[in-house]
Amino acid sequence: MDIFQSVLLTIATASTPLLLAAIGELVVERSGVLNLGVEGMMVIGAVCAFAAAYLSGNPWIGVIAGIVAGAVLSLLFGVLALSLATNQVATGLSLTLLGIGLSGMIGENFVGRAGARLPNLDIPVLTDLPLVGRLVFGQDPLFYVSIALTAAVMWFLFRTRTGLTLRAIGDNHKSAHALGINVLKYRYLAVMFGGACAGLAGAHLSLVYTPQWVENMTAGRGWIALALVVFASWRPWRVIGGAYLFGAVTIGQLHAQALGFGIPSQLLSSLPYLATIVVLVLISRDRRLTVMNTPASLAQPFVPDR
Amino acid sequence: MQSGSEGTPLLKTVGLTKVFGEVKACNGIDLSIAPGEIHALLGENGAGKSTLVKMMFGVLDPSEGEILWKGQPVRIGSPGEARRLGIGMVFQHFSLFEALTAAENIALVLEEKTPISKIAETARKLSVDYGLPLDPNSMVGDLSVGERQRIEIIRCLLQKPDLIILDEPTSVLTPQEANKMFETLERLKAEGKSILYISHRLDEVKRLCDTATVLRHGKVVGHCVPREETASSLANMMVGSDVETVKREGAVPEFGKPLIEIRNLERPPATPFSIPLRGIDLTVRAGEIVGIAGVAGNGQGEFFEAVSGEATQKRADIVSLNGQDCGDKGISGRRILGVGFVPEERLGHGAVPSLPLSENMLLSRHRTDAKSMLGPFGFVRNAAVRSASKRVIGEMDVRKTAEDPEAAALSGGNLQKYLIGRELDRQPAVMIVDQPTWGVDAGAAARIRKALIALARSGSAVLVISQDLDELFEISDSIAVMHDGRLSEPVPIAEATYEKIGLLMGGAEPGHMAFEGVKEEAGA
Repeated sequence: MDIFQSVLLTIATASTPLLLAAIGELVVERSGVLNLGVEGMMVIGAVCAFAAAYLSGNPWIGVIAGIVAGAVLSLLFGVLALSLATNQVATGLSLTLLGIGLSGMIGENFVGRAGARLPNLDIPVLTDLPLVGRLVFGQDPLFYVSIALTAAVMWFLFRTRTGLTLRAIGDNHKSAHALGINVLKYRYLAVMFGGACAGLAGAHLSLVYTPQWVENMTAGRGWIALALVVFASWRPWRVIGGAYLFGAVTIGQLHAQALGFGIPSQLLSSLPYLATIVVLVLISRDRRLTVMNTPASLAQPFVPDR
Repeated sequence: MQSGSEGTPLLKTVGLTKVFGEVKACNGIDLSIAPGEIHALLGENGAGKSTLVKMMFGVLDPSEGEILWKGQPVRIGSPGEARRLGIGMVFQHFSLFEALTAAENIALVLEEKTPISKIAETARKLSVDYGLPLDPNSMVGDLSVGERQRIEIIRCLLQKPDLIILDEPTSVLTPQEANKMFETLERLKAEGKSILYISHRLDEVKRLCDTATVLRHGKVVGHCVPREETASSLANMMVGSDVETVKREGAVPEFGKPLIEIRNLERPPATPFSIPLRGIDLTVRAGEIVGIAGVAGNGQGEFFEAVSGEATQKRADIVSLNGQDCGDKGISGRRILGVGFVPEERLGHGAVPSLPLSENMLLSRHRTDAKSMLGPFGFVRNAAVRSASKRVIGEMDVRKTAEDPEAAALSGGNLQKYLIGRELDRQPAVMIVDQPTWGVDAGAAARIRKALIALARSGSAVLVISQDLDELFEISDSIAVMHDGRLSEPVPIAEATYEKIGLLMGGAEPGHMAFEGVKEEAGA
């Protein structure tokens, strides 16, 4: 039973950064912007969070630094892709390259240092409950943040007028402009929210998952987060399912390797990516659902005609 | 200036000007709209009507001049500000969101924090009240164009505007739907609201509007009372010279053997928003022009794709062109049989906007004219392509600014002449055109219609899909109507009347009871 519980705990820890980054990108894409720079913003978030926590000794300051760093980098994307209407795909890709390079430079002096880990929640009695105690009441704080954030995004998108406006912009930015909605303002805010979430996801990696700084430590998680948004067909509750499925596959392949299955480890490590492709093929079968949920103006630059 | 006194216009523009680059889209427009009147804004495509109302609605900033609202000069910086002043607008190309419900679409422009369910209820009540029934919970993407327009109008009314701007509202409606809308407008007028009605349909304007302002090339050429004018005097004001109407000369020609044969064409909807085709049969003979009328979005686009080979059929014998079964062939395969196609969308479908005309020529003819345009190993013979391009430009009188300009640099009318000429240049035995003169000025339109008639007289079969009924009556030998993915029997032109075609456009069956009276077109 203990093994079972610890497997579940590691799955939650592996899934949390995916969920955080994906829920941010979901909001960005719902507004009609495709920011492929998630990996870059995540890795910058990771290094800044680690550095700030290491220097201050307080992991919470690290969390804030990660959020701010991700948001600042996304602001750069916003200036280029929104104000200057550059190609969003190219801009996003270069943002990732910039993030990886910049994080290597910032983190040079922090490689191999022991960092400050964000402590897990520990509520007397509750956390010690058998079976579910550790799972429900004893995880790291960002786990709770990720779940709460997903619920909040769900409520925001489908229950508030502002969320409705955001979805409308993603569906047709020209019509939104004609109705007098400030398209660029909404998109800037969405992009920065996405950046902050990616930065927070990075902070989780360097403060909880493996509390140290290793160059390029995001290891493609930003890309999985991007795929998750499509996987979830832009619906928040499905992002949770997707993130946990991928977390489970990642952890599962580690355990499979440990148990000595005669399968090459490279094949097992590629499972999450294969799963992405399979799922993308499966969901594209229902065209009606896809068209209804896909933001129709995704990745199209918007220049208001004045 | 006192505000609110008798005789103060609701809205007045003084010297309103908008410059795009070198072009003055609007040049010193003076216009005034009195409270409680229906004011027509007349003009050809490209006369500056849309630019003018976009300035009134805050979508565009004027370059010069000012707008007076109830006597006070105002700067309308955004549609939101226009709405707060009391100006509402129903757009020509709808500003609706397809992935949202009707109620959500309406909620977007209402600032107060009323819950969607309440908005849905108000909208439903108001829509029934004005005879424009709609279901607030339906997804806009699933609705017909007429229903979408209802949403636009209801959305506009819920903002309680003093002035309602309607940009070519009837261009997507059947004559019967249009009649219904006129009743709504009369009622709004009786409630004291002003309406700015943009149209180039003179009959409507004469019937509905109290005053009119006529625009030509961005300038006001006259103010008049439409009821005191004749349709032709209004047309002359719009065009600036006597309108040339195309006439089919000589006796009714003899038609030859069938060159287009479509047998029970079926097509499931390709996207959630498209119309399925249901059992379409059609024959067009040599020398004949058949027109296909219909309200936009009733399957015309899907039909064109199926006939042109953009969407292929399962069996070859469903579509037969120039005497050969070709239902399983793609576009090039059908073109090689001697068929020419011109799609509805000029830029992006008919032509690549960023490529020069000559390369656009090659794109549609690299298979049919492979012998002359391609050399060994498939290398392009640029000289041959350019000379063909030049020939078309000369033949169709395409006005251009450069030797071989990009397609996007041409005006709509000139590009359309080029695209039609590109196909005619091959002397196709079969020609299929979707919306040949949509958004094209009168001169170019006349030229295109003449060319199509000449092609038919030389013994080709011509199929024209158009929303412009006048055009179809002008050039067709018979007119079939598309409604909800079905095609009616072609009506010979001698028996066709506007009323008859209009009823078919609304979905009535000839010989049916409903066909005799006006069919009630109810939505939800």
